[in-house]
Amino acid sequence: MDSLACKVLVVGGGPGGYVAAIRAGQLGLDTVIVEADRLGGTCLNRGCIPSKALIQGASSYEEMLSHTGKGHMGICLPSAPVLDLADMVSWKNTVVDKLNQGVAGLLKKAGVKVVNGWATFSDAKTCEVEGEQGSLSISAEYVILANGSSVSALPDIPLGGNVISSTEALNLDGLPDELAIIGAGYIGLELGIAYRKMGAKVTFIEGLERILPLFDKEMTRPIENWLKRHEVEVVCQARAEKVETVNDKPVLFYRDKQGQQRSIAADKVLVTVGRRPNTLGWGLENMCVDMEGSHVKVDKQCRTSMKNVWAIGDLVGEPMLAHKATAQGEMVAEVIAGERREFDARAIPSVCFTEPEIVGVGLSPAEATQQGIETVVGKFPFAAIGKALAMNAGTDGGFVRVTARADNHLVIGMHAVGAHVAELSNQFALALELGTCLEDISGTIHVHPTLGEATMEAALAGLGKAIHA
Amino acid sequence: MGNYLIKMPDVGEGIAEVEIVEWSVAVGDSIEEDDLLCVVMTDKAAVEIPSPVDGQVTWIGPEAGITMAVGADLVRLQVEGQGNIAAGASGDGAENTATEPATKPGADTPQPMPGPEAGANRKQATASVPVSATASAAAPARGIPRPEGEKPIASPAVRQRARDAGIDLRLVHGSGPAHRISHADLDAFITGGILAAVTAGPIADTAVSETRVIGLRRKIAAIMQDTMQRIPHYTYVEEVDVTELEMLRTRMNNERRDDQPKLTMLPFFIRATVKALREFPEMGSRYDDENEIVRQYSAAHIGIATQTPSGLLVPVIRHAETLDIWQSATEIKRLAEAARTGTIGREELSGSNITITSLGPLGGIATTPVINSPEVAIVGINKVAKRPVWKDGGVVPRDIMHLSSSFDHRIIDGWEATQFIQCIKNALECPAMLFMEAR
Repeated sequence: MDSLACKVLVVGGGPGGYVAAIRAGQLGLDTVIVEADRLGGTCLNRGCIPSKALIQGASSYEEMLSHTGKGHMGICLPSAPVLDLADMVSWKNTVVDKLNQGVAGLLKKAGVKVVNGWATFSDAKTCEVEGEQGSLSISAEYVILANGSSVSALPDIPLGGNVISSTEALNLDGLPDELAIIGAGYIGLELGIAYRKMGAKVTFIEGLERILPLFDKEMTRPIENWLKRHEVEVVCQARAEKVETVNDKPVLFYRDKQGQQRSIAADKVLVTVGRRPNTLGWGLENMCVDMEGSHVKVDKQCRTSMKNVWAIGDLVGEPMLAHKATAQGEMVAEVIAGERREFDARAIPSVCFTEPEIVGVGLSPAEATQQGIETVVGKFPFAAIGKALAMNAGTDGGFVRVTARADNHLVIGMHAVGAHVAELSNQFALALELGTCLEDISGTIHVHPTLGEATMEAALAGLGKAIHA
Repeated sequence: MGNYLIKMPDVGEGIAEVEIVEWSVAVGDSIEEDDLLCVVMTDKAAVEIPSPVDGQVTWIGPEAGITMAVGADLVRLQVEGQGNIAAGASGDGAENTATEPATKPGADTPQPMPGPEAGANRKQATASVPVSATASAAAPARGIPRPEGEKPIASPAVRQRARDAGIDLRLVHGSGPAHRISHADLDAFITGGILAAVTAGPIADTAVSETRVIGLRRKIAAIMQDTMQRIPHYTYVEEVDVTELEMLRTRMNNERRDDQPKLTMLPFFIRATVKALREFPEMGSRYDDENEIVRQYSAAHIGIATQTPSGLLVPVIRHAETLDIWQSATEIKRLAEAARTGTIGREELSGSNITITSLGPLGGIATTPVINSPEVAIVGINKVAKRPVWKDGGVVPRDIMHLSSSFDHRIIDGWEATQFIQCIKNALECPAMLFMEAR
């Protein structure tokens, strides 16, 4: 067996691992990255990027439909657009391929050696990689574990056939007429809404009281309204029990909140009940690394309990977000290079590309109250923002909400729901990281006409002096 | 409910303005009649100002250290029944006093909103949100301590710089809104605070604390400066053998009745001074240098410089010429106690025509006393110590004390001053002379 020794070994080529590897390479460390699948991880291959491509496709289709017949905004399509999902999926794949090659190019430029194959650790610093070119033993001084996560399944509803996960849902070759989705979290909602836009009949079976439980009710109401207007049924407090195949079609049986068993016949049953860290099947148990529940335990520098073994991203638990993994990967590479770094983000923004989009950074008013913080809250609706109206984005009930401490006006939470609000998330995060006060935001000139004006107005509203309210 | 305005009362004849020394009430406090509102400083005495009525404080006048006119608005109250001013109407001075009210009425305590007061309460409604972040941020103590578990507020760049420098940002004072820590704050900590943290052993303590000079201290400072600028001091130090006086004093103390106070050196010294003043009455004069008039008094009103917790005061023993040694001791004790506890009256702090200053056992060898203007003489007592003295053909231990005295050289010549002190010296060295009434 060939063997390879290096300074830094990164396991997993997702947004955590590949960024760690690039940074380590840039800092002159002899770095190897091992990836069994394609570079880019879940995010690039079967998560963020492909889902956004499909959502974009679905939205374009839906928009064109709105111009069919009577027309809209003075644009009239004489006949309805034709959707070919297989073609859309291959267009999506070109986007993925392009980014994929981009990552490979960046790694090469940083001098990182990419090893394709599945790494299995025999001890904390040594692994064997089974790949197409045979096996390779790699030993390293520093190990960065970025093994990511996989979709969770339900014990009584195994994936396979017409029971699919988000991975398959991004690669369907035809549009299902009826789609039943178990779990109305952000992944289920993003995909369900996209398929609804494409014309599928969509039903959600959710175990909790309402959709997107990580956001408060005020925030999710515009999404609930969109679902209602588009005849998407959301059955809450229901428990999916089994899927049986009747006439080659899956039938999902569930128990509603009254305890009544009910069923839905569908073409596909999509299971989106969360993700769990990949801790099995690669020798983690041989590395003497402490766990914390289902994920690897790390400190604020992402050190594990084993010397010179680091873990980042989904493997170390919630929030399982690409941008968190990226920030951790960059930091760990710098720590290994001898710099003083630690993960002390004030807020990790979260975004759902639902219809409309929803953004949350920091604390909600209720969370702040729970922590004993007295707050002032400023809210401003997109219905009063000129740009939103001009973009047909003013009627979805969207708004920006700024939460600040009552005593010194320090901004502790920024939330928004509405069309395109995902792009506001970075301003929100910056505001929290810099420790801004309401007066800082209200005192910053915001460009007119933009959706972001709502942020300034919300801050003004928090100070009791919104202009356009 | 009505509004009641309290104006700065007349605290003594001829006093046009007073300095606020300390507030005893804050906006929102409920107070009762005769509760202390504040302490003000007149030319020398601290005067307590009580409230004439019950009520809730809605506004207070200038902050401590500010001088205000007698008759200016001092406190506004909300009182039961009718007040003495109309709601919302400003009792003329309210708006033009030196300082705006720091806290707007009603910001701290929610108040009922009765109809007729709409005018006054409109202002209160806007005060429910802090006026500005800096205003509210200024209130708590500087920088540390932060609430437990709270992360310091600083931008990622500042945080990284602190990390690189090995500085715990929780220890750094943030000067920005909401105590946000800037690069400049970090600079200040690095140049100042970090030295204390990393250097072993004794280190330079660069701390500077600022205290506003207000109240009695400001008064003392002004008087001292004025006195030393205007009066050319002539200082004369003489040695006095008080061995016999000490023997007499010890004996008198041993034989005193229970109702008689313990005698210190001071009553004897006062007696000696009274005696010397009879021979040198010009030493008990007051010199009005603006009008160039010297007023010479037959009475001996003797000021006794006294250290109190808030500073130097000079209570006055009036007509010391009428007091025997025991009465004198009793009066000294009473005045000193009144001065130290702050209960001394204004009239007991003025009117002296000569002053005695004594540091007791800390008296040192010599001092340069500052004249209690407009007096012309001050006599300082230094400590008594056993010293070897050549006497009657041998060296013997004697109780020796120095007198350090200063005179206004514009009025008193050195020769006279010397003779005055010699007169005191003679009386003290032969204590029987103290009790010879030879008019």
